[in-house]
Amino acid sequence: MSDTIKDATIEYAIRLGDDANVLGHRISEWVSRGPFLEEDIAYANVALDYIGRARMFYGYASELTNDGRTEDDFAYMRDDRQYRNLLLMELPKEDFAYSQVRQLFIDIYYSLFLPELVKSKDDTLAAIAAKAIKETRYHLRRSRDWVLRLGDGTEESHRRTQRAVDSLWGYTHEMFELDDTEQLLADSGIGVDITQLRDEWHRQVSAILTEATLNIPEDGWAVRGGRIGYHTENLGHLLTEMQFVHRSYPGCQW
Amino acid sequence: MSSEEQTSLQEQQFMQKINAEEKIEPKDWMPEKYRKNLIRQISQHAHSEVIGMQPEGNFLTRAPSLRRKAILLSKIQDEAGHGLYLYSAAETLGISRDEMIEALQSGRAKYASIFNYPALTWGDMGAIGWLVDGAAIVNQVSLQRTSYGPYARGMIRICKEESFHQRQGYDIMLTLANGTSEQKAMAQDSLNRFYWPALMMFGPHDSESAHSAKSMEWKIKRETNDDLRQKFIDQTASQIEFLGLEHPDKELKWNEERGHYDSGEIDWEEFHNVIAGNGHCNRQRLEHHIKAHEEGAWVREALVAYNAKKQAKQAEVA
Repeated sequence: MSDTIKDATIEYAIRLGDDANVLGHRISEWVSRGPFLEEDIAYANVALDYIGRARMFYGYASELTNDGRTEDDFAYMRDDRQYRNLLLMELPKEDFAYSQVRQLFIDIYYSLFLPELVKSKDDTLAAIAAKAIKETRYHLRRSRDWVLRLGDGTEESHRRTQRAVDSLWGYTHEMFELDDTEQLLADSGIGVDITQLRDEWHRQVSAILTEATLNIPEDGWAVRGGRIGYHTENLGHLLTEMQFVHRSYPGCQW
Repeated sequence: MSSEEQTSLQEQQFMQKINAEEKIEPKDWMPEKYRKNLIRQISQHAHSEVIGMQPEGNFLTRAPSLRRKAILLSKIQDEAGHGLYLYSAAETLGISRDEMIEALQSGRAKYASIFNYPALTWGDMGAIGWLVDGAAIVNQVSLQRTSYGPYARGMIRICKEESFHQRQGYDIMLTLANGTSEQKAMAQDSLNRFYWPALMMFGPHDSESAHSAKSMEWKIKRETNDDLRQKFIDQTASQIEFLGLEHPDKELKWNEERGHYDSGEIDWEEFHNVIAGNGHCNRQRLEHHIKAHEEGAWVREALVAYNAKKQAKQAEVA
């Protein structure tokens, strides 16, 4: 592996790790707050999948950097300007409709992204993707069912779900943008060319929203910046909470 | 045969089954008081699993390592699952989950008082797993032999998972106790705060226990509060020693003759006070549960409306 490719792969693993870590954190906030007990179980389960994914990606970044930094150093010892997750992951949990719509957007995204990453020339990334695909299939079944029920349920659930779609839509564009790092990895057969997935994502999302009697928003408004550490104000609060115990007792084993 | 004679015959047959260690199943005849007693106990147990998610959930977003966060998530997921089996077991006795939740939220049904103590530090995640789940296991192991079939079978499944919970709690304590002086102090503080409430989990002394005698006769309960508590005291003493922490009970002393530890007296005033609803977190725990339930109302309504629409569509097609 050349140094350039290696550095890009480390950056890539950190980005994917940050996505999983931050989203896993947000989902875990639902535990004991779901609309009924079965949903508490489902939330804990999905959060666990994402924390597991974060550990695998950070673990790989740690292996490649080989400078003594552990998975926890990546999670707990970086500030929001150093975090590289997509903005969509860090938005607050809001209500059940908001969390399920976000999850639907992300689940469809991963259901397209992971089968491509499985083909990566990088064996570790391919293996992580292979494990994650199975989880994502189950996640998608759940978020899809919920968006259908909520969109086509009562007047209130419809209104809340449409509001969620409208507020989240602007954060979906950056999921499909490549910078130089990811372009290099895509060209080398290591990373995924996510620009190629956008149309299919749009097609699948539109089909579900339409079936759920929801409107598909216009594309005018787009927010971006997660991959360069230009976050929403939410991430700082999230990290403050996540990192508090770890940073209060520096250098400890847990 | 008069209806009284029939009842007494049924009661005899019921007691014969109990005495022969056969399980009572949902469709079997059972005395009304047996049914009520079981509903009280099983639903209380289910509510404890559910309310117990709160103090630990409170630390999910602050877990100090990803590994610990994953373990804690998995533990809480198990607990919600236990709540589900137990609600289902209670439903076999003719009460609905909605009725049980209503009883919890109105304060008529209880949950384990231990969850009315606040979880303040990461050490408390260790103490809760080790001591609270540990005390629960001592009780639940004996309940694997309880006379009501669905409850006994639920306990067998639950015990397997609980022992993992206890081990992970002890492992947190062990890591802290062998860590920096600050971590060790954190472990000691958690032990000090949770030891006595854990002993209280076994309930009042046998002589004071309102439900004990009948529950023992019906074999709902298989061992007395004091016997179970003694087991826990005995097993915990050596675990505290291994951690190198100070035992919170200054009167604890091995009694050669009894083959057990003698211990100091529990603060029963505190016990009754917390049960009466005046503990640190009683109000907070219920308010949290009610808030989540109320905020979920529109979701549950949407589910009902969606299913109704779907059924109507299917009927149209057919």
